[in-house]
Amino acid sequence: MSPVDVVLVNAGGTNIGSVRYALERLGVDAQVSDDEVRIRAASHVILPGVGAAAPGMQCLHDSGLVEVIRRLEQPVLGICLGMQLLFDRSEEGSTRCLGLIPGEVRRIKGDRCHRVPHMGWNRLKRLIDDPLLDGLAEDAFTYFVHSFAAHSCEVSALATVDYGAPLAAVVRHRNFCGVQFHPERSGRVGSRLLRNFLGL
Amino acid sequence: MLTRRIIPCLDVRDGKVVKGVRFRDHVVVGDIVDLAMRYRDEGADELVFYDITASPEGRCADRDWIDRVARALDIPFCVAGGIGDIETARTILHAGADKVSVNSPALERPALVDELAAAFGVQCVVVGIDSQRDADGEWRVRQYSGDPARMQALPRRTLDWVIEALRRGAGEIVLNCMDSDGVRAGYDLAQLRAVRAVCSVPLVASGGAGAREHFRDVFVDADADAALAASVFHSGAIAIPDLKKFLVANEVEVRP
Repeated sequence: MSPVDVVLVNAGGTNIGSVRYALERLGVDAQVSDDEVRIRAASHVILPGVGAAAPGMQCLHDSGLVEVIRRLEQPVLGICLGMQLLFDRSEEGSTRCLGLIPGEVRRIKGDRCHRVPHMGWNRLKRLIDDPLLDGLAEDAFTYFVHSFAAHSCEVSALATVDYGAPLAAVVRHRNFCGVQFHPERSGRVGSRLLRNFLGL
Repeated sequence: MLTRRIIPCLDVRDGKVVKGVRFRDHVVVGDIVDLAMRYRDEGADELVFYDITASPEGRCADRDWIDRVARALDIPFCVAGGIGDIETARTILHAGADKVSVNSPALERPALVDELAAAFGVQCVVVGIDSQRDADGEWRVRQYSGDPARMQALPRRTLDWVIEALRRGAGEIVLNCMDSDGVRAGYDLAQLRAVRAVCSVPLVASGGAGAREHFRDVFVDADADAALAASVFHSGAIAIPDLKKFLVANEVEVRP
């Protein structure tokens, strides 16, 4: 892997430490920042996130980062809520998001067999070959925890996960990538995905 | 298909993993990170660390170990024990835990569940419930079950508390059935089924695992999303890879 300079955007999510440690296990010392100069200078930008859409967007507005992120040209990876914020809108708190990937995030419709939150290890279904998915098995398992999701019938996904309906699990639009699962908590599969992202 | 989770629970005291006879005479069994990594290598889907330093005496525990675990571990983990306010929860989550589990403090002040859900999202908030059947046949909750001298039977019915906890923002329920806990004769399927019927979020069964069949039963008959166990894993009585093979052979979906 060529030298990378990774910045984690602080959007108030609680998983920022876990993502930093996951990168540390790959030998990458990522910096946490909400400084626009620092973020623009990075080779790779990660938008982690656990929490709700409205406070997440508010946090980006408050730190003046909405336009900064929209204009990034280097690879950007949104994780969980971070991925949801890349879409146009989220039903969660009727939030207008970053609008970088076409599509809308909606509440997962639960039923007797599909409890919400969708919590645990579920199987990825690969739809499109992409360097982001290199080395991942056809049916790799990753760890999900979320109550909202982009439905894959409405957005273009590289990989989906089946939970009552096919949900977008991995998306990519130009330089903007997103994963609904937690690569920092998905064992070797997650670590491989992070490594693939850093190779973009 | 979402897989059923196998969750070893480790008791932590003063930053070490311990075991004891029901909260007494604790013996140090090893370093937290070493044991966490061993379970991860064996295929555990998640870990729960129950900090017994913290809870009963209301002491403020040294939680440096959470950071050490978060650095090494690449599967999710939850921290339980002595979490009674937002700031403590924030410290634990920022140190790298994925979820916090609250039990007695939530019974004392149920609004704690609302506050945690509002601050961190429901997916971080686990409500642990210790429950026992009373002489009148009702399941009711117990408070401070970690300390025999302080344990209290509350008038609150277990099913009522589950419903209230969900309304307040619990993202997962861990039901510890005390009558079956430590007996290794199987999970309390009747009680778990009753809770399952009112529980729309993931349900973790706890208390009673003694054999591989008990795990199958709790998934198939009680429809639990996850099964938690401690002693059968720590003693080596059940190895997680064998357990998972057995479950697959019995048509229970687990992560290979």
